[in-house]
Amino acid sequence: MNKFVIKNMNLYYGNFHALKGINMNINENEITALIGPSGCGKSTLLKSLNRMNDLVEKCKIQGDILLDGEDIYAENFDVNLLRKRVGMVFQKPNPFPMSIYDNIAYGPRTHGIKNRSKLDEIVERSLKAAAIWDEVKDDLKKNALRISGGQQQRLCIARALAVEPEVLLMDEPTSALDPISTAKIEDLIQELKKNYTIVIVTHNMQQATRVSDKTAFLLNGELIEFDQTVDLFSIPKDKRTEDYITGRFG
Amino acid sequence: MKSKSIENFMKIVFFISATMSIIAIVLICIFIFAGGIPFIQEYGLKNFLLGTEWKPNNTPSSFGILPMILGSIYVTIGAIIIGVPIGILTATYLAKFCNKKIYKFLKPSINLMAGIPSIVYGFFALVVVVPIIRNIFGGTGMNIITASILLGIMILPTIINISEASIRAVPRSYYEGSIALGASHEKSILSVVLPTAKSGILSSIILGIGRAIGETMAVILVAGNQARMPAGLAKGIRTLTTNIVIEMAYAADEHRQALIATATILFAFILIINGIFLTIKRRTNNG
Amino acid sequence: MDRAIKTTIKISAFITFGVLFFIIGYILIMGLPNLDLSLFQLKYTTENVSLFPAMITTLMLIFLTLVIATPIGIFTGFYLVEYAKKGNKRVEIIRIATETLSGIPSIVYGLFGMLFFVIRLNFKYSLLAGALTAAIMVLPLIIRTTEEALLSVDDSLREASFALGAGKLRTIFKVVLSVAMPGILSGIILSIGRIVGETAALIFTLGTATKIPEGLFSSGRTLALHMYVLSTEGLHVKESYATGVILLIVILVVNGLSTLLSNKLTKGNENE
Repeated sequence: MNKFVIKNMNLYYGNFHALKGINMNINENEITALIGPSGCGKSTLLKSLNRMNDLVEKCKIQGDILLDGEDIYAENFDVNLLRKRVGMVFQKPNPFPMSIYDNIAYGPRTHGIKNRSKLDEIVERSLKAAAIWDEVKDDLKKNALRISGGQQQRLCIARALAVEPEVLLMDEPTSALDPISTAKIEDLIQELKKNYTIVIVTHNMQQATRVSDKTAFLLNGELIEFDQTVDLFSIPKDKRTEDYITGRFG
Repeated sequence: MKSKSIENFMKIVFFISATMSIIAIVLICIFIFAGGIPFIQEYGLKNFLLGTEWKPNNTPSSFGILPMILGSIYVTIGAIIIGVPIGILTATYLAKFCNKKIYKFLKPSINLMAGIPSIVYGFFALVVVVPIIRNIFGGTGMNIITASILLGIMILPTIINISEASIRAVPRSYYEGSIALGASHEKSILSVVLPTAKSGILSSIILGIGRAIGETMAVILVAGNQARMPAGLAKGIRTLTTNIVIEMAYAADEHRQALIATATILFAFILIINGIFLTIKRRTNNG
Repeated sequence: MDRAIKTTIKISAFITFGVLFFIIGYILIMGLPNLDLSLFQLKYTTENVSLFPAMITTLMLIFLTLVIATPIGIFTGFYLVEYAKKGNKRVEIIRIATETLSGIPSIVYGLFGMLFFVIRLNFKYSLLAGALTAAIMVLPLIIRTTEEALLSVDDSLREASFALGAGKLRTIFKVVLSVAMPGILSGIILSIGRIVGETAALIFTLGTATKIPEGLFSSGRTLALHMYVLSTEGLHVKESYATGVILLIVILVVNGLSTLLSNKLTKGNENE
């Protein structure tokens, strides 16, 4: 099943052509990794899936991105609803300066849920799904800035899950974390795959091989190769992919 | 879709709020200029600016504001002579010589200094400085010197805050480069850091001038307020600002218009000073 | 040579802070003994020279001025930081307008207030005319502190909120404001300090009536105006000292609070 279909997509920042003729399908309940050297456009591609690029001035997009067959850049498409369906986790943990509980409840409240017991339930379920419930369940009133970096990132994942998204976008979610926290997040990503479609940008090729089903390699705004992760890393078809994964540049 | 219309409505509210400053400045310009220019035209710009006699009660009355213009200039120069060196050196001290603990206490003190009401400064000068000056120079003790000392103190926080910020903005590598050549800490600061920060320091002085020219209520209490050509450092004078406050309460007709015209001239001075300040600031930011 | 430079710099700093602490100390020491209970009588008479009506008037003026200036100032900050595109011509004009406003001397504000609010709009010498004039005066301060506070909020927090499907308003009011609040508050508190200390802008707008204003269109005098009138009359030195003490204490509290709040803002951001 295709969750996202990207058709001949071009993206410009002013005069800079950041993404060139991208075509790719992202499958439901799979983990798709985006790899490539810095500035290759992988984060830009990720952010165009929930229209976070709208926030960037002078950003222009051509071509289609379909979510379940619907064009998300169509004029009457509700951006806020799109972002509810397509959640996002950022590079650096960015909890809001409020309590753990309020962090998780922020999304549901945004979408109109006010009932306290319903919110309690969502908070518990989301924290459990992000494998952090046992660590914070006694401190839900604690300020979210006062837990460790690894916990903060899992909190941010829980916060994204609380609005019951269908897709989870992750922009180098472990780059700011220590190895132990990274391992926990990677386990969590595997677990989440059962219920969500996940797209993850990573700098770390081992991470891509460990967690993803499919991998896309981008270079200078072009999609060079997109294949099953196992195949892409063992028998790359393109010379540039081979150079990159064997560490010859980037 | 309801939330969308609220979003748009509030966006308009924010925009309208943002235009309020523009509306305010335009209204101020209109009223201050429209209030003064007709009188200046009738009386003659030259007679008004260069006339040495301010005698509103004579017949025919004369409205020359040169005494007040000179008065403002003299006390401003006095304030600069006193305030600028002390201000810049204090800023240097805060930025380069004092340790963190003391700084944590001194920095808010400078802000406090900026926050003390001008009437308190004026009153202090009236009860402390005036008697001292009177003992030294004789007379009433209310004169150019007293007003200069008072204004010199009052512009200190302006000069210190802006100079300190620009001294801190000098890249550390400049200082280190000088140290590496064997120059001492003091020499490096004096010959490398301060010259690099000069445009910021200059703009602090210009802003200080603006404050000194614009100050009113404190000056009234200690300047003597005689509307005549300055006759010496130890003699009283009147400034543009004080001229307005002293006579506005009872002025009528032509006299009143002449006072508003005084404000027009003052306002023009201030706009020029502000313009210079903003240009320097912009050039520094872009360069 | 180095010694001489260092000594000169230290002496200058000593003069600055020496003068500051001398002024504060002098006013406090001379003024505190003059704080007499008779100065706090409900009604001002030429015998008691009560400063109580002036205190109440000051509070009323602060309240009214802030009611007018705070929303406009904060909303302007929102517009400049959260909505306007960078390098936009409009933003440039607004910025020049606020910077120019902040350089205008109070006496010019006072005269403008007199010509526009008091005469043209026929508000007479009144609380309303005074508050409107003072509001324009503190506007640049509130705008600048709001702007600085909003700019200090990490963009990733805004992104996180948008990514959860929140709109701009919700993001500003629920997330951005919760971080920027101390900075904005410190600006508002500094504005209180300016209103309390202001004289030249109020003398021809609020007037100098000695009673507590009965309504928006009634005149009164603030503590600073009260002190000015007493000082020029020269008859009530004791009462001037007493008023000066109260003004100083208010300013000390105001500055202390605003310093505390801005420290809190910087600390809040260290977690990022």
